[in-house]
Amino acid sequence: MALVSVKDLHKSFGELEVLKGIDLEVEAGEVVAIIGRSGSGKSTFLRCLNQLEHHDWGTIQLADQRLDGTSMTPGELSQNVGMVFQSFNLFPHKSVIDNVMLAPVVVKQTPKSEARRIAEEVLAKVGMSDKIDSYPAQLSGGQQQRVAIARALAMNPKVLLCDEATSALDPELVGEVLRVLEDLAKEGMTLILVTHEMKFARDVSHRVVFMHQGRIHESGPPETLFTRPQTPELAQFIASVV
Amino acid sequence: MTLDFSSLLPYTDQILEGLVTTVWLTVVTTVAGIALAVVVAYVRDGARVRGASLVSRLLGGYVEVIRNTPFIVQLFFLFFGLPALGVPISATVAALIAMILNLGAYTAEILRAGIESTTRGQHEAARALGLSRLQSFRHVVLVPAFSRVYPSLISQCIIVMLGSAVVSQISVFDLTYAANFIQSRNFRGFEVYLVVTAIYLLLAVGLRLVFEFVGRRLFAFRQGGSA
Ligand SMILES: Nc1ncnc2c1ncn2[C@@H]1O[C@H](COP(=O)(O)OP(=O)(O)O)[C@@H](O)[C@H]1O
Ligand SMILES: [Mg+2]
Repeated sequence: MALVSVKDLHKSFGELEVLKGIDLEVEAGEVVAIIGRSGSGKSTFLRCLNQLEHHDWGTIQLADQRLDGTSMTPGELSQNVGMVFQSFNLFPHKSVIDNVMLAPVVVKQTPKSEARRIAEEVLAKVGMSDKIDSYPAQLSGGQQQRVAIARALAMNPKVLLCDEATSALDPELVGEVLRVLEDLAKEGMTLILVTHEMKFARDVSHRVVFMHQGRIHESGPPETLFTRPQTPELAQFIASVV
Repeated sequence: MTLDFSSLLPYTDQILEGLVTTVWLTVVTTVAGIALAVVVAYVRDGARVRGASLVSRLLGGYVEVIRNTPFIVQLFFLFFGLPALGVPISATVAALIAMILNLGAYTAEILRAGIESTTRGQHEAARALGLSRLQSFRHVVLVPAFSRVYPSLISQCIIVMLGSAVVSQISVFDLTYAANFIQSRNFRGFEVYLVVTAIYLLLAVGLRLVFEFVGRRLFAFRQGGSA
C-alpha cells in the first residue's frame, strides 16, 4: 500500500481553479521531484498535503488514514508530514536547538531531556552540531535551511515535503542543502520535493512529476522524462530550464 | 525668597509613604496591565482566523473606551460610580483597577501592531509543526511581537506611572498626595514640588533602565543581526 495516496484533488482560490484533479501515489522511501512552471500549482499541491490549504474535493490518505477533515489533528499530522519552506521560516527569537526542540516538547510533549537528545541527533545529521546555541540571524541561508530541515525531522515524520528549499539561497550555498536532502533520500526518507534543480531531480529522485496548469501532465523515471519527454509542454519546459 | 529644604525634613515619612505607594502601584500595574494586554491581544487576534467573536468585539470596545476618555474620568467612574451602584470600593483598589485597565488597553493596542506584523511564514511554520493557535501565539508570535514594539511599551508604562499622580484626587496617599499634604502644612510649595518632581524624574529613568535591562535579556536574539 502506498504511503501517500492522493485521489482527484481539486483546489480553487475563488474563481481560480489551481488544482484540477491530481492523482498521485508515493511509496515509502520514494523520492518524488515535482517540476513545472511558476503558477502551475506545485506549492498549492504540497500545501494541501499538510493542510496549510484545505482542498475542495478529492482525498488524501497517509498509509491507511484519511488526512483531511477531522480524522487527524494538526499535532498528529505534523508527526506524519514535515515541511521545509523556501524562506526557511526559523523562529528568530529561538536558538537553533530551541527551534528544533519546540514542536517535540510542545506538541508531542516529549520530556525536555529526550527532546534535546533528538534535536542533537537531527542537527548532527544536517551538519549543524557546532551551531546549536546560535540564533537564526547569525547563520547563513544554507545553514538556516539545514536547521529548518532538522526542525521538521525532529517530529519524525513519515514524509518530508520541500517547497523549493534552495530557491532563496545564494548559488554557493545550494550544494550544502541538496547534500543533506540527498543523504535523507539515501537513508530511505520519503521525500516530495518541488525543485528547480534539474540535475538534483535527475540524480536523486526516483520519479519526476511535471505539473502543468493544475494537472500532472507527465510523470515517470527521471531518465525517461528528461531524455524523452512525451508532450510538447514538457519538452519546452526542459528546454527553458537547462 | 530663600530655599529652605530643611522645612521638608519633618515630612520625610510622608514623602517615603507616598513614594512607596507610587512605586508599588506602578509595579503591580505594569505586571498586571501587560498580562491583561496579552490576553486581550490574543483574543482579538483570533478574529484573524475565525472572524470577530462577540468577546473580541467587547474587548475591542473596552480598548476604544479607555483610549478615548480621560484617565481621571475613568478613575472617578470607578471610585464614585461603582459605590453609587451599590458596589463599595476603596480608593486604593479603584486606583489600581483604573491604572491596570488603562495600561492594559493602551498596551493591547501597541501589542496588536507587533502581533499583526508576524509574517505568514512564521504562522505557517508553526502550523506545519502542529502547534495550536495558542501554542503558536505563546511560543512563536509573542516574543518577536514584544521586541518590535518594546520602545512604545516602555513609554506607555512611564506615562501610566506619571499619570498615577491623578490618584491623589481620590485621596490615595501617593507621592503627589504627599506633596500636596506637605505643602498645605509648611507652605513651602517650591521646595516640595521641586523634590517631588525630581523623584518622579528618577522613577521614570529607573523604570526605563529596568525595562532596558529586561529587554536585553529577553531579546538577546536581536543582537546577532536583524531579526
Ligand atoms: N492563497 C492564494 N490565494 C489566491 N491565489 C493563490 C493563492 N495561492 C496561490 N494562488 C494562485 O494559484 C496559482 C498556483 O500557485 P502555486 O501553487 O504557488 O504555483 P507554483 O508553486 O507552481 O508556482 C497561482 O496562479 C497563484 O497566484
Ligand atoms: Mg511555488
